[in-house]
Amino acid sequence: MSRIYKMRYLLLRRFTQIGLLFLYFSANAYGWKILTGTLSSSTLFQTVPLADPFAILQMLSAGAVMGMDVFIGAAIIILFYGIIGGRAFCSWVCPVNMVTDLANWLRRKLLLDKAERKVWVSRNARYWVLVLSLIVSAITGLAAFELVSPITIFNRGVIFGMGMTGGVLFAIFLFDLFGVKNGWCGHICPLGGVYSLIGRFSLIRVRHNEPNCTLCMKCKEVCPESEVLFMIGKKSTTVNMGECVNCARCIEVCDDDALGFSIRDFATSKAKGENR
Amino acid sequence: MNTQNPKRDTKPKITERRRFLTIMAQSVGLSALGGLIWTGYVEEAKASPLMLRPPGAVPERDFLRMCIKCGQCAEACPYDTLLIAKPGDGRPMGTPYFIPREIPCYMCTDIPCVPVCPTDALDQKSVSSLKDGKEVLDINKARMGLAIIDTESCIAYWGIQCDACYRACPILGDAISIEYIRNERTGKHAKLVPVVHADHCTGCGLCEHACVTEKAAIFVLPRDVAMGKPGDYYVKGWSEKDQERIKERDINSLQTKTKRSEKSPQDYLNLDEGLFDE
Repeated sequence: MSRIYKMRYLLLRRFTQIGLLFLYFSANAYGWKILTGTLSSSTLFQTVPLADPFAILQMLSAGAVMGMDVFIGAAIIILFYGIIGGRAFCSWVCPVNMVTDLANWLRRKLLLDKAERKVWVSRNARYWVLVLSLIVSAITGLAAFELVSPITIFNRGVIFGMGMTGGVLFAIFLFDLFGVKNGWCGHICPLGGVYSLIGRFSLIRVRHNEPNCTLCMKCKEVCPESEVLFMIGKKSTTVNMGECVNCARCIEVCDDDALGFSIRDFATSKAKGENR
Repeated sequence: MNTQNPKRDTKPKITERRRFLTIMAQSVGLSALGGLIWTGYVEEAKASPLMLRPPGAVPERDFLRMCIKCGQCAEACPYDTLLIAKPGDGRPMGTPYFIPREIPCYMCTDIPCVPVCPTDALDQKSVSSLKDGKEVLDINKARMGLAIIDTESCIAYWGIQCDACYRACPILGDAISIEYIRNERTGKHAKLVPVVHADHCTGCGLCEHACVTEKAAIFVLPRDVAMGKPGDYYVKGWSEKDQERIKERDINSLQTKTKRSEKSPQDYLNLDEGLFDE
């Protein structure tokens, strides 16, 4: 039981990820009208439009003139993640997260971190890819990242048939396993960058309770965006960086109850260093 | 920073600003390479013109811009006609298309695939017509493609009796008609041959689906691939409707300007410039 309790957020995340994939799949396969479409743009209960704000941005950059639905849809998504979820899309919704999590887990099991030669890629690379995708979209007149995004390729593969989707995912898997730790989700993926920007000021945050901390650093080891945990053992505050994906791996791995979910701490987010 | 000592200034100092600009420049350099490959790939993916799009699709260039790849049109299609391009299909990934030889478009009168499009890449207006002052969906206005007949392999053109495509056509008589032509080989028979009329053909592909030959002798191509364009020089003098085109055309774009035509005919003939050279 305690083992399951230790994995409670992981199970919940897999539940939402697979559940959403199943709803998308069943819309096509069984005609359920709960959630139709794909992660690029979908319709909830045949009324509420939802749309990927980054896809819209690329399409605008490509010069598309579009109907109102997608703008309303993108606004709903931006408001949800901007106010509540933060970058939760990446760890609670995105199906590629399951692939990269598997790679990351194997990395730890195979002790790859200890042995391999480090390839340094800046965590900011995603913002460069983001800008680049907008430029390429403008040049080619086609949403550039949407065309190659493994996220929607995987998503569509589940709904409409896989084709060579496995190859795309396997490449991402190999890159994350042997290439760069958290290479795709934590460095390259521009959609992660977009949600980092959108979720910068969201309310749901991981909170560190410093007095409980025993400095075992398990949280930093497991965190896919470890720089957001800069305060571990230093001060009690919430993780306020947009890059945090709210995956709760740090909470699960903590044996000392020093981490948990909470509402953003506005007071300490400004005053650096001193509190308590 | 340090201006007192001129000797130290000869060696450029790595300031914070220089470091920042250098890193930015490095990222720009790496992005340029990435962008080159990426742009090349996207341009390649774009250049796949033989895709038949769902009814109401805006012209291909705009369609690629506007399609958000949500697949809702394909989900709405009751016949599973619409496919979504997968990796390995060699078509722009995620966009909808159909292969009429496998499953043609059955031209549903309520066109379920069009209203679900969130970006209007499938334009409802283009498949609607006015009826009693109200816009109603009209699938006959769809222009997904144009059926083309390869008269060399069409057995009706050989003289064998076949009207499978004509019978399959949802707008038979208008989009495909059967014409009598003389069978020159026997000299005493007629051939009953199908002829497609671009004014009415929607490109649904039911004819291609029905064609009895091993590889369809009638097949649908995207309109911009299948059709020529006479341009503004040629006008049907006998057609009032075609005469209208003359009024709309841009006169300036029609006048070819050469070295000779810049002068009046009298001048260049009298000066015999260029006429008897060489």
